[in-house]
Amino acid sequence: MWALRGLRNGVLTTRWPARPDPYAAAGRGPATVLDERPADVDTEELERICPTGAIGLAGGAVRLDQGRCVQCGRCVTARPDVFGWAEGPAAAALAPGGLVVPEIAETPERLAALREGLRTRARALRRSVHLRHVDAGSDGTEEWEILALFNPVYDANRLGIFLTASPRHADILLATGAGARGMTEPLRRTYEGMPDPKIVIAVGTDAVSGGLVAPSYAVTGGVAATVPVDVFLPGSPPTPFSILHAILLGLGRIAPAEAARVNRKAR
Amino acid sequence: MKTRLVTDVPRLWGEVAAEVAAGRRFAGMFGTARPEGLLLSAHLAIPGGVAPLDTLLPAGAAGYPALTPRLGAAFWYEREIGDMFGVTPEGHPRPEPLVLPLPPGDARRPRPGQPGEPRVIEPDPRALPLHVIGPGLFTIPHGPVRSGVVESIEYLVETPGEEIPHLNMRVFYKHRGIEKRFEGMTPGDGVLLAERVEGPASVAHALAYCHALERIACLVVPWPAALVRALHAELERLACHLDVAVRLADAAGLAVATARFGWHKERVLRLVSQACGSRFGRGVVVPGGVSALPLTGPGELLAAIGRLDKAVSADIESLMGTASFLDRLRRTGPLSPERAREHGALGPVGKGSGFRDDARETRPYDAYSSLGLRPPATRGDGDALARLQVRVDEVAQSFRLLRQVTDELAEAPAGPLRDESGLRDGRAIGWAEAPQGEVLYDVRVAQGRIVRCRPRSASFHNLVLMHEVFAGDILTDFPFIEASFGLSIAGVAR
Repeated sequence: MWALRGLRNGVLTTRWPARPDPYAAAGRGPATVLDERPADVDTEELERICPTGAIGLAGGAVRLDQGRCVQCGRCVTARPDVFGWAEGPAAAALAPGGLVVPEIAETPERLAALREGLRTRARALRRSVHLRHVDAGSDGTEEWEILALFNPVYDANRLGIFLTASPRHADILLATGAGARGMTEPLRRTYEGMPDPKIVIAVGTDAVSGGLVAPSYAVTGGVAATVPVDVFLPGSPPTPFSILHAILLGLGRIAPAEAARVNRKAR
Repeated sequence: MKTRLVTDVPRLWGEVAAEVAAGRRFAGMFGTARPEGLLLSAHLAIPGGVAPLDTLLPAGAAGYPALTPRLGAAFWYEREIGDMFGVTPEGHPRPEPLVLPLPPGDARRPRPGQPGEPRVIEPDPRALPLHVIGPGLFTIPHGPVRSGVVESIEYLVETPGEEIPHLNMRVFYKHRGIEKRFEGMTPGDGVLLAERVEGPASVAHALAYCHALERIACLVVPWPAALVRALHAELERLACHLDVAVRLADAAGLAVATARFGWHKERVLRLVSQACGSRFGRGVVVPGGVSALPLTGPGELLAAIGRLDKAVSADIESLMGTASFLDRLRRTGPLSPERAREHGALGPVGKGSGFRDDARETRPYDAYSSLGLRPPATRGDGDALARLQVRVDEVAQSFRLLRQVTDELAEAPAGPLRDESGLRDGRAIGWAEAPQGEVLYDVRVAQGRIVRCRPRSASFHNLVLMHEVFAGDILTDFPFIEASFGLSIAGVAR
């Protein structure tokens, strides 16, 4: 009965990242800077626009920290000439500084070192990895989007990515939420319970910086205060495609530039 | 309704208990730190609105006579007040911490309403007692890191081996101090935070919050904006109810049904993202109206809704005809109609036990007052199956409403989408019917800033009932009961 229903609609699964996917390419990422040096720039105005203080001026140029962006769109509405939406799943970075747009020039060596360290660890994981998720004070949406990876549309199993209940079997820790203090100890113990080598991904703007929830007496303002984070993924919440991208980025199975190329092709 | 200040606590509790005994619904209570003392506010649902009843506890008072002995529904509310302000509800059967465990007498308290806040408050789980009583009983600690991708909560299952005679819940793990975060924000920024109080119900929370602001400033939401609000609210209901179907099917090991409902849920989220850019309808609702019309045209929307309806209805019919699945739900996790009424159980949990108070019907807002909502048949069995049947009925109703709203939207005259006449200072209560049940916001604005905002999610009100539904149920029933409640812990711990 159910078996027949299951065959009814054919294959629903995306082939991304091997093939482009229109929904992946159109997915809204964090805000980005279109015009670094607009003619009539007013520091006060720019700082007032953003409710999380993600926007500022550095040496006369507009800088936006996507790690703080909660995708409210205030900046895009107020100054469509200066700000726009980043599109596609390639939202994650290997360091919080990598989320500042336009890119800060001084970081390539550090990024290369980070990538090399990650590559050594990821090599040992080969092509079968197990995820453990810990909620450290999320609003509940990140859990929905991580779970979506295992529905027939995304089907992360096809890429050798599986969920596991036990930290002892886990290779990747997906941490969500602004770092609720009640979860500090459970998060740390879960991380310590995982065997080496392991990779930690902060999923969502709350997990990267605390987002709108920080500063608060009850949160640490991101999970990096508790566990060493390898991949920082902004989004409120991030889309399933961008979570998948962050996992593949952590595993070194997709390079940031390569992902951008895939997106351009799709459009 | 005007806010009334009742002069002393016992008199207020007497009034509240009498009103509830006469058939009114207790909708919650909370505290606000004021220079002159602690303001205690209780909410009562009345025809056409929600009435606040306030009383002032003088500054320096270490405790007050508890309401819980007279009204069980206040059980968690008073424990939360104890956590937030460090006052003891005297006579409370279990006055232990709930959302912020601290040793008794600890002076570091968030005290919402009082300007400024402590920089850091570390919760201390040692302040929580361990309860195991009875021969042969042991505790299975289940959480806060549980199997699967779920929110953090700890269930302490006390069991002699198979049955679950008692369950304790520890919800404090993901307490984020949201209420203090609201304070000092502009009302315009507050809606962004409201959307993040309980993510799966982002739209309902934004609506309830904005309704409070609109009531303060007497704003009138333009008709097309009211329709867009209802559109997103119903899409959110679909997504949440389909999520419950996924979890129930998964608990029963129905792999194909899990996959099918997961696909449908994904389709709803994609429809939402195509209409507004966010998969959770965030950024749509703003004080006074909505930010924009759907990016998808009415024709396209209608076609997508039609396709979805056909596919979802067919799979629901199969699910509700799968005997092995229904057997797991029938008589599982029963909630008696008396308890549902007494507690004022919200949403599908209340409706499944024959207690129906849907804000869209009894206190209509936005477009709902003119959409002609026909209440579906009452389900009174009170078990997990009844709660699923309520959701099945609501899914059908949501599809009807979505068609109606899209049709109306196509014919609505072009015009402003937002009442721009400005926000004002004052205090009001706003409500909206989330997929989990009624969401309440009690908001106070002074000098253009939020000075107190208290979100009360249906999840907070309903979760405490999980204590009472394990009548002869065994460990393997647990995932079904939890899924049938369909709650979000983010909205409980805040």
